[in-house]
Amino acid sequence: MSKFKYLIDGIIKNNPIFVLVLGMCPTLATTTSAVNGMGMGLATTAVLLCSNMVISMLAPVIPSKVRIPCYIVVIAAFVTVVQFVMQAFTPGLYETLGIFIPLIVVNCVVLGRAEAFASKHSVLESGLDGIGIGIGFTLALTCIGLVREVLGNLSVFDNKFSSADGMLVFVLAPGAFIVLGYLMVLFNKLKDRKKRA
Amino acid sequence: MVVVLMLVCLGASAAVAVVYAVTKDPIAAANLAKTNKAIEEVVPSFDNNPSEEILYVAADASKPSETNKVYVAKKDGGIVGYAVESTTTKGFGGAFTIMVGFEPDGKVYNTSVISHAETPGLGAKITDKQSSFITQWQGKNLTDGSVNLNVKKDGGDFDAITASTITSRAFCDAMEIAANVFNNINPENN
Repeated sequence: MSKFKYLIDGIIKNNPIFVLVLGMCPTLATTTSAVNGMGMGLATTAVLLCSNMVISMLAPVIPSKVRIPCYIVVIAAFVTVVQFVMQAFTPGLYETLGIFIPLIVVNCVVLGRAEAFASKHSVLESGLDGIGIGIGFTLALTCIGLVREVLGNLSVFDNKFSSADGMLVFVLAPGAFIVLGYLMVLFNKLKDRKKRA
Repeated sequence: MVVVLMLVCLGASAAVAVVYAVTKDPIAAANLAKTNKAIEEVVPSFDNNPSEEILYVAADASKPSETNKVYVAKKDGGIVGYAVESTTTKGFGGAFTIMVGFEPDGKVYNTSVISHAETPGLGAKITDKQSSFITQWQGKNLTDGSVNLNVKKDGGDFDAITASTITSRAFCDAMEIAANVFNNINPENN
């Protein structure tokens, strides 16, 4: 149970988007549709899981003066790996996400979890935390993407349910801020209500 | 301290090198498949491998170093079409690249967008293959001077996409480049 908690924490109590408010750049930029949001979330989850585990292994032997460069090197290596794999096997998605895949390196979520969690916990706990935060990130991005897609493009997971024009603003950049804001309010309201009950 | 940092870097680069070696071929295959698909869409059916028969042709004869790729499609040894890759820098979201298929007499067979960064929902409509903006090019001969390669707003012959005049103008620009390239192919081939 106690270990399992790390997994659940990442999804609700420490949700990277709605609670920690980390990694806003890919959140706002890649969530033009649910599929894109999910792809970005899964790519980040893969990096987060691997880097968290490796960093928790390396943390005891890394002198604290050079720990940030070491973390960045580990994260960058995994991001490059993910990039190659996506390019080879999901070229369509790779093209859509474009520059945001290499930019996972500087995603605050990944470095933040390495510094705040993985460097102080065991490999198993860090792995669970990586998966939990990753799922939280993926769910949040998919939700934002879905709302933007439904309102802006009248489609669900790229299947158009109406040929009329949607409210374009939701697909454009301002729509990302609007949707993110409202979802954040909603998420925190539901979370607080659960706590009080 | 230095040793640890060096070891971490060494390990990381070794891992990246291994993955690079493993994924190199699938990446090349994926890129080739994408190009072939784009060619298939824009020229009549063919039986050769156009990716192996590429001509490098300049759009502007005075700048011979700036060439465009031209894929030659053949059936039973005869040329059935040319797929011209054309990039314009005038797009609303920066450069975009299209593939224009010409029949040997200079008529446009079809066009296809390879990569773009236009606004989703507005300029990005150029990727909709059934849209009237894309289909209006089919069958037009761009090389004999019978059409004015501009949008109607600029006195040309082509409708623009609603609310995407800049993208439409850029598309016309890319078509003009492709037409110039096509005009420069024939002498080299004969």
